[in-house]
Amino acid sequence: MLAPALAAAAILVLLPVIDTLWLSLHDVILYRPRVRPFIGLGNYTRALADPVFWESLTNSLVWVICAVSLQFTLGFATALLLNRNFAWRGIARALVVVPWALPSVIIGLIWTWMLDFNLGVLNNIGVLLGILPHSVPWLAQSSTAMAGVILAVVWQGFPFFAVTLLAGLQAIPGELYEAASIDGAGAWGKFRHITLPGLAGVIATALLLRMIWVANSLDLILVMTGGGPGTATQTLPLHAFLTAWSGGNYGQGSALAVLLTLLLLGVVVSYVWRNRAE
Amino acid sequence: MTRLKRLLGTELPVVLILAFALLPWIWMMLSSVRPDAELTHSPIALWPHQLTLIHHIELLQRTSFAQNLRDSLIVACGAVTLGLTLALPAAYAFSRFRFRGRNWLRTQFLVINMFPVVMLILPLFVLMRDFGLLDTYFALIAGHATFTLPFAIWLLTSYVDGIPQELDQAAMIDGATRVQAMLLVVLPLAMPGVVAVGIYLFITSWNEYLFALMMTGRNVRTVTVALQLFIGENQIQWGLLMAGGTLVALPATILFLFAQRRLVGGLTGGAVKG
Repeated sequence: MLAPALAAAAILVLLPVIDTLWLSLHDVILYRPRVRPFIGLGNYTRALADPVFWESLTNSLVWVICAVSLQFTLGFATALLLNRNFAWRGIARALVVVPWALPSVIIGLIWTWMLDFNLGVLNNIGVLLGILPHSVPWLAQSSTAMAGVILAVVWQGFPFFAVTLLAGLQAIPGELYEAASIDGAGAWGKFRHITLPGLAGVIATALLLRMIWVANSLDLILVMTGGGPGTATQTLPLHAFLTAWSGGNYGQGSALAVLLTLLLLGVVVSYVWRNRAE
Repeated sequence: MTRLKRLLGTELPVVLILAFALLPWIWMMLSSVRPDAELTHSPIALWPHQLTLIHHIELLQRTSFAQNLRDSLIVACGAVTLGLTLALPAAYAFSRFRFRGRNWLRTQFLVINMFPVVMLILPLFVLMRDFGLLDTYFALIAGHATFTLPFAIWLLTSYVDGIPQELDQAAMIDGATRVQAMLLVVLPLAMPGVVAVGIYLFITSWNEYLFALMMTGRNVRTVTVALQLFIGENQIQWGLLMAGGTLVALPATILFLFAQRRLVGGLTGGAVKG
């Protein structure tokens, strides 16, 4: 009964992975299909010598660290609030996940539209409220483009943390808080000594999972800026994708994909290790 | 006093967070029903003065969008069928049989999900190209299975785990085969879970962009790619784009809200167990 799923996984995942490794060792240009000479680690040394690689790596770090920490902070706050008692809690819990259900393309479109220099509603509101002195071309200038795409990905991803951490909060027995109250613990004491230790496992797993997803994701940036202006928002997976897709250089693109995988390996291993230990 | 405290300390922040979560969505819908005169006027007015369905009508009559919707629907339904056909027996096997390497295999399915999409998509493109499968429904349906299958198996296994083994044993004592026990006893009981996984498969495929961009072309084009292509033309027609966005987002959102309780339980199950 496992056979069909295993066969599918072998053909659709294992084969491509091996294929990527193979491609990465050859000089594969898409529109020159007949000649695919073996060049050893040539694609890798070329990738590492290219300053664009290091720019993309730096961008990736900024992207992952900012996106995940902001998603986490907002999601955690949301979870704590939604765990309290109020009349319309059920509706609030249902509605908060809406951004998570949307396609990345549409999320990209919505935020590109809202951040538009001339017609963007956010510029309009910012100027009206006096926060911005004048309209800002958020996605069109290098200094602010990354902030723009991070804003969109925070919107997309914070519900994940809200929902995950809320489920974790609900699993903490209420008696613990009651006992703490009797012992005279304040709100901060309860948070510090019951909530945080009780959630630690969930937080760690959710953070790892999210880091992997955010580090791998490229569609949102592709739609919003295409990596630009220049290389201001080009992350490593996007660099790999564009090298192959627009540049037609599948050998080089594959080498970049392998490098990304190697860089992520540590995070993936710790996630799997946590999952097995459980 | 406590009432005021709850209002300011809890309900007001929740309102602000919900505003952040929902207003961009609402702004998209609102933009899709405003005439071009309002959408091209800078700075844009916050409140619409006139409502119109002209963008929706133009989108469905003048562009290929209706066809794109159909393509997306076919691919998503194909992904659901393929996904469930492969995932159900696998989930059943993981749940019912104790075999060597079972845990290792389950972990492998989890690891698959961690591979960067670029790592899979580049060789799959070359593979599909070599087999002349580019620009077919099959290429995209199979492509989507690469990243939906692991999760589908993972989710379904936990649902099948919740159904007592004694039931299939009783059925087999009464003369049913393994397959019959799975299809006639376990499947009906696991139906809520199967529906949730089906919805997960549908939404994921419906929303997907990168595979659709690479694997499709003139014959097959899904809505996510079609929408993005509207931008490419020299002047961006925001009304048209927002109308398309609304039409695409609506089914996904409704399905998600519908299946949310089960899905969230399953999606976070892996994360929450620890």
